[in-house]
Amino acid sequence: MSRTLTIKDIPREERFAPGHRMCQGCGAAILMRHITKAMPKDAIIVQATGCVEVTTTLYPETSWMHPWLHIAFENAAAGASGVEAALKVLKRKGVLPPEKDVRVVAIGGDGGTFDIGIQALSGLLERGHDVLYIVYDNEAYMNTGIQRSGATPFGAWTTTTPVGRVWHGEWRNKKDIIGIALAHRVPYVATINPAYIPDLYMKINKAMEIKGPKLIHAYSPCVPGWRYEPALTVTVARMAVQTGIWINYEVENNTLNVTTPVPKRKPVREYLRLHGRFRHLTDEEIEKIQEFVDKQVAYVNKLAGKEVIGPVEK
Amino acid sequence: MGKVVPLSGNTAVAYAVKSADVDVISAYPITPQTTIVEKLAEFIANGELDAEMIHVESEHSALSAAVGASAAGARVYTASSSQGIALMYEIMFISSSLRLPIVMTIAARALSAPINIWNDHSDFMAVSDTGWVMMMAENNQEAHDDVIIAYRIAEDPEVLLPVVTALDGYFMTHTIEPITVVEREEALDYIPKKRTWYSLDPARPITMGALGDPQWYFEFKRQQYEAMKKSREAFNTSVEEFSRRFGRRYDAVELYGDDNPDILIVAMGHVVGNLRAYLDRVRGRGVKAGVLKVKLYRPFPEDLILKHLQGVEMIGVIDRALVPGSTSAGPLYGDIVTTLAKHGFEARAVSFITGLGGRPVTHSHIETVLSKLVDLKGKPVRELPKEPLFIGVRE
Repeated sequence: MSRTLTIKDIPREERFAPGHRMCQGCGAAILMRHITKAMPKDAIIVQATGCVEVTTTLYPETSWMHPWLHIAFENAAAGASGVEAALKVLKRKGVLPPEKDVRVVAIGGDGGTFDIGIQALSGLLERGHDVLYIVYDNEAYMNTGIQRSGATPFGAWTTTTPVGRVWHGEWRNKKDIIGIALAHRVPYVATINPAYIPDLYMKINKAMEIKGPKLIHAYSPCVPGWRYEPALTVTVARMAVQTGIWINYEVENNTLNVTTPVPKRKPVREYLRLHGRFRHLTDEEIEKIQEFVDKQVAYVNKLAGKEVIGPVEK
Repeated sequence: MGKVVPLSGNTAVAYAVKSADVDVISAYPITPQTTIVEKLAEFIANGELDAEMIHVESEHSALSAAVGASAAGARVYTASSSQGIALMYEIMFISSSLRLPIVMTIAARALSAPINIWNDHSDFMAVSDTGWVMMMAENNQEAHDDVIIAYRIAEDPEVLLPVVTALDGYFMTHTIEPITVVEREEALDYIPKKRTWYSLDPARPITMGALGDPQWYFEFKRQQYEAMKKSREAFNTSVEEFSRRFGRRYDAVELYGDDNPDILIVAMGHVVGNLRAYLDRVRGRGVKAGVLKVKLYRPFPEDLILKHLQGVEMIGVIDRALVPGSTSAGPLYGDIVTTLAKHGFEARAVSFITGLGGRPVTHSHIETVLSKLVDLKGKPVRELPKEPLFIGVRE
């Protein structure tokens, strides 16, 4: 296993230019800044339509210092498959230098990945393209104005799961994108979180060295969609890990490794109370979410083979 | 010069794709396109073509992957039909706006519902506003040659647009004709691989597919319009050079029959062959008739259409697609009428809809069309039928 990275290992050179139109406190902005630093400089990015795409490429400006392609909403995985296939054959035919290993990274939001892009993603994973797919998950269609997606968690208010006399926010659980990726028997999947930057570097670096399809699921706090103060992005992200509603881990060669152990969990209520989107929840609903988190923690501990995530601190 | 071999339309197309030395093929199976891609898979499997085949999970991804591969600098090919083309619709606009020289063959087939795997031009016509250069072949040799010509037009640095080459499902795709194959060396001399377009190059990173707001979107579109206009000249020089090298001459439109006809039937695809045969049969029986084949559909060759149609007493336009509710339910008829009207000529044209969903257009149908045109010949334009005449349908 590689040496644990620290904040000192982070390259100084910025590869994600400022001046973009992302919100103050945007979690995805932190993610993109560090993902582009962690990636090789000559990697090619294929991006799905979404918040990040529209806020970073307003012609004639761009935040991207990597070669970057956007086609549409549902097809970042298909576009990346095409780029990867082209690089392979052009190298073989001597058009591109054979010694140069240009890496391909696809980036999409939860809507572009869990929902409308799931078919193209499945195709990419199943065909075995040498592509790292990163989904930044802000748990709803934020770019179009906070509509629920397949990644919206139970209880969350969104503009299409509003809180009223009959409805009380989202009533279904979040789709298991990691489980879907693992069902394709891919060599590497991982989760990252903007409050744990060295962990992010370790995982992007590792993914870049592994051949074949990889999926990284990134926790991406959203100020306007989750309804919290812009200064709290990292607090919210850290609290997600401390309560176990988000777990930083990786699955390599069928082995699950929790990269941020949490010996004692905080109650999920402390996470939920930071978000305006959960303000309406009743004690019963919060209890239901706590049970869901407990189950998920037990499942991950079982796969890890030890209690890496501890019990809730009373 | 290549040898003459008996090939189905689809196999003939596959041989042309092989000779073009494409780098990436991205396609999804749909009848009647399948045998093109099967043949290409065979070429790759046998080491006769060095290309990556992306076995995508849908036509949407087929064209999306083609966009990715083309953006990365590869020579790219795809093919589809009918519902597959409809599923690609979104990405067809994006590929032409990103100015990527992808070549796609449409094995023309009817659109559902009712589901129908047979030939008409519903799919081809449905994508005629997506910004692609579009050609349709009359026979298998032409379908083969069109693929080679298409890369020359698409990759012309003055153009850089994707190109559709179409052939009629079954009537051509699965019908065997003698074909002179353009061999790889002669093809690559005609279409050298120069990578004339912007691509995703780590040495010179660019952002492709940026957001174009009201300050810039319009300028992008204006340039795209200009590129399409320039493709007309590129088509001319490409077919001229093709004829010089390979001896087969094509043009955007082609007149057959009487040099100075009173009656002209405009049509596309394999039906033109039936029309030629029918005219040969009735020649010398007092009707001065001709057939005008439209090969290049986008950009629409107004100049040649005008040259051949002005002064013709009676024009019949055969459409094998139907757009209910349109001022021109036959799309080709609409283009013809508009061309005449905008250049100040009387649109002495009647719309005929025939051969939908694979129904053969027979000599008896053509006879009906021609006799109708003979009847209408002396009438003023205002008395000509304003609704399409449906030929060969149970009413």
